Amino acid sequence: CETNILYFFPMTRGNRTLTPEEEEDSQQHHNNTKAFPVLSFNFEHVRKPFEISLWILLALLMKLGFHLIPRVSHIVPESCLLIVVGLLVGGVIKALDSDASDTNSSVPVLNTKLFFLYLLPPIILDAGYFLPIRHFTENLGTILMFAVVGTLWNAFFIGGMMYGVCQIEAAQLGDVDLLSCLLFGSIISAVDPVAVLAVFEEIHINELLYILVFGESLLNDAVTVVLYHLFEEFSHAGTVTITDAFLGVICFFVVSLGGVMIGLIYGIVGAFTSRFTLHSRVIEPLFVFLYSYMAYLSAEVFHLSGIMSLIACGVAMRPYVEANISHKSYTTIKYFMKMWSSVSETLIFIFLGVSTVAGPHVWNWTFVIFTVILCLVSRVLGVVGLTFIINKFRIVKLTKKDQFIVAYGGLRGAIAFSLGFLLTDTHMKTMFLTAIITVIFFTVFVQGMTIRPLVELLAVKKKKETKRSINEEIHTQFLDHLLTGIEDVCGHYGHHHWKDKLNRFNKTYVKKCLISGERSTEPQLISFYNKMELRQAMMLVESGSLAVLPSLTSMQNIQPRDTVKQRVIPSISKRREEEIRKMLRSNLQKTRQRLRSYSRHDLMMDPFEEDLSEVKFRKQRVEMGRRVRLTETHLNVHNSLSFKGMLHCFY
Amino acid sequence: MGSRASTLLREEEIEEIKKETGFSHSQITRLYSRFTSLDKGENGTLSREDFQRIPELAINPLGDRIINAFFPEGEDQVNFRGFMRTLAHFRPIEDNEKNKNPPTSEPLNSRTNKLLFAFRLYDLDRDDKISRDELLQVLRMMVGVNISDEQLGSIADRTIQEADTNGDNSISFSEFIKVLEKVDVEQKMSIRFLH
Repeated sequence: CETNILYFFPMTRGNRTLTPEEEEDSQQHHNNTKAFPVLSFNFEHVRKPFEISLWILLALLMKLGFHLIPRVSHIVPESCLLIVVGLLVGGVIKALDSDASDTNSSVPVLNTKLFFLYLLPPIILDAGYFLPIRHFTENLGTILMFAVVGTLWNAFFIGGMMYGVCQIEAAQLGDVDLLSCLLFGSIISAVDPVAVLAVFEEIHINELLYILVFGESLLNDAVTVVLYHLFEEFSHAGTVTITDAFLGVICFFVVSLGGVMIGLIYGIVGAFTSRFTLHSRVIEPLFVFLYSYMAYLSAEVFHLSGIMSLIACGVAMRPYVEANISHKSYTTIKYFMKMWSSVSETLIFIFLGVSTVAGPHVWNWTFVIFTVILCLVSRVLGVVGLTFIINKFRIVKLTKKDQFIVAYGGLRGAIAFSLGFLLTDTHMKTMFLTAIITVIFFTVFVQGMTIRPLVELLAVKKKKETKRSINEEIHTQFLDHLLTGIEDVCGHYGHHHWKDKLNRFNKTYVKKCLISGERSTEPQLISFYNKMELRQAMMLVESGSLAVLPSLTSMQNIQPRDTVKQRVIPSISKRREEEIRKMLRSNLQKTRQRLRSYSRHDLMMDPFEEDLSEVKFRKQRVEMGRRVRLTETHLNVHNSLSFKGMLHCFY
Repeated sequence: MGSRASTLLREEEIEEIKKETGFSHSQITRLYSRFTSLDKGENGTLSREDFQRIPELAINPLGDRIINAFFPEGEDQVNFRGFMRTLAHFRPIEDNEKNKNPPTSEPLNSRTNKLLFAFRLYDLDRDDKISRDELLQVLRMMVGVNISDEQLGSIADRTIQEADTNGDNSISFSEFIKVLEKVDVEQKMSIRFLH
């Protein structure tokens, strides 16, 4: 129905909207039609946005609900609970649907387009933008080995063995040919970033293991894309030649490197754009999001690896954008990314549950059981075998405990399901889908739930919770220079040598182009120190701790004292000063904030978690006001001094 | 073992170096060829000029200090043994080393010795403390000339304040170790010498 609820008159002239004259006209002519309804019900008009909003709201309310039941959320990871909710909702919808005589089911399924275009990018962007770069590059070789060789091994092993299983007479699976099996293997073999993030985020494991499993789940996208398209083409064509295999290998390089290149290009353009946003601070976050999303979409256009493109864009953009944008924009970007990725993740798991209830299923005991077993076996064999080879080249070897966690953390998730959904409709497709769902459920529920107690049991190192101190920063930079020097003495062009070269190139050319103003020449140490001082200033306001006062004194030292001699650059710009002052002032007026300890979905870490009572708080607010005025007078004094000094030098 | 005219390395010497530093046979020969390629004077020792001829070392902010670390107290020449002894600090720590033969003294590439090497690069006057001035010198070398003295001073003050536990306004070796306990020194200070 096409009635437009904005008009109170019934439409008498088809679907055309009426002009005021015509409306009056029709009213006069058709006075004997029914009286205008004051209140009308028109759902179709807003159906789509209404449903979407309702789903999202439901997902978020569920998330809230889990944390109200403390014990459950401690044992069961959130992803499992969300899938269960999805199952329930799907069941409800199906039950309601079977009552109505509607032939086409209106149960929303995890539509592949919806997943790949709308739900997946926010999660990947969030992960890529905040990727711990240092750990990632230090372990890049290991990660690539696991991602490429590991996934290939998984795909071929599972595909091959499943073909063998299908040959067994009793299983009645004779019609499944080798290529279909290999296609199935390639879908099920990839470790899923969404599932890994959801589970690993809650167990706070140390950075090395986190980056190994997570990095692998990101980088194996290229392999999955190539294998999937390869086997899909082959299964239609029927035969494979050597040329095809060779082209497949070339395709892999094109897909991965092409994706990275597209990401880098968009990243650099985005960084360059952020250089000019000085006067339009409000739209700065949008640039980051849009450029990254465009990178993803552009890569998908050419069937290149969208995930790698997105990661490359975020990584390339980040250092320059953060130097250019205001503090508020930085907070906005952080908040929005975490928000979107959180919503996406929740929706994905719920839809997974709903799709399980909705979709047609073909349950074949042999196929499913063997799939699950083979997934586990191939993962373990792959990890152990690869670690044996990798350890020959690593400085810090991977222990048995590490290997176990890496193998156990190989979770499958929604990507496998969506890829399975893309298959052409055959009888095998439903059987494959059922098996995929079973594997996903198994990994998410069984492995997801047991990994936390296992981590405790094996006493795996946890993530260190504190941020880097200035000492660590200085000394690590010192060690970097030292090691680069020693490598040069040995004539050995290793990790440090290339990193140093890249840094030098970055400093002399790239930073000048992409960072506006004087910050382009700011050494890394100074920007780290300034960031730390800003953070301290905020913590001072939040917690009112007296011990922080000395650093406030040191902040006052950062003033251009005498400008009699021509100084090259003043130590802190007026702009930065304004920011510090504004921040101190605005934070006073904020209501009390409860900061929780670090988790991926929170923003700030607060080691001084205190429960302030109202009285204490009010007292502190007065104290803060006094201190800020004190700071302001100090800053003003120095300002006026420096201003006078500057005037002096002009005479 | 003194200078020698011939450029061949004797087997006994390789064995001795192996025992002292833990490098393998092939690593020692490979580093020896590097040593001889640096040794323009062909007298079996390296002087400071030989090191300064390495182009990348000239632009390294810590270049001079690294070069000095190779030369023992007051000497101007370093032979191959000394060269290897310094480089031994950067060998990766292996787990199976502990099982082979329990060393009487700590191996050169243990975590403590690595940190001691780095500490000595800060602490030029060898008084076992990094004073504020020594720290300022290193900071100045690392950040370049564009930053004002006051800002560097406040960074140095902050650094010492963070690390100093006994209140002597300087960083001692034990405080240095404590501050770096979260940093993965075994990986950071190791070079993968090719076999």
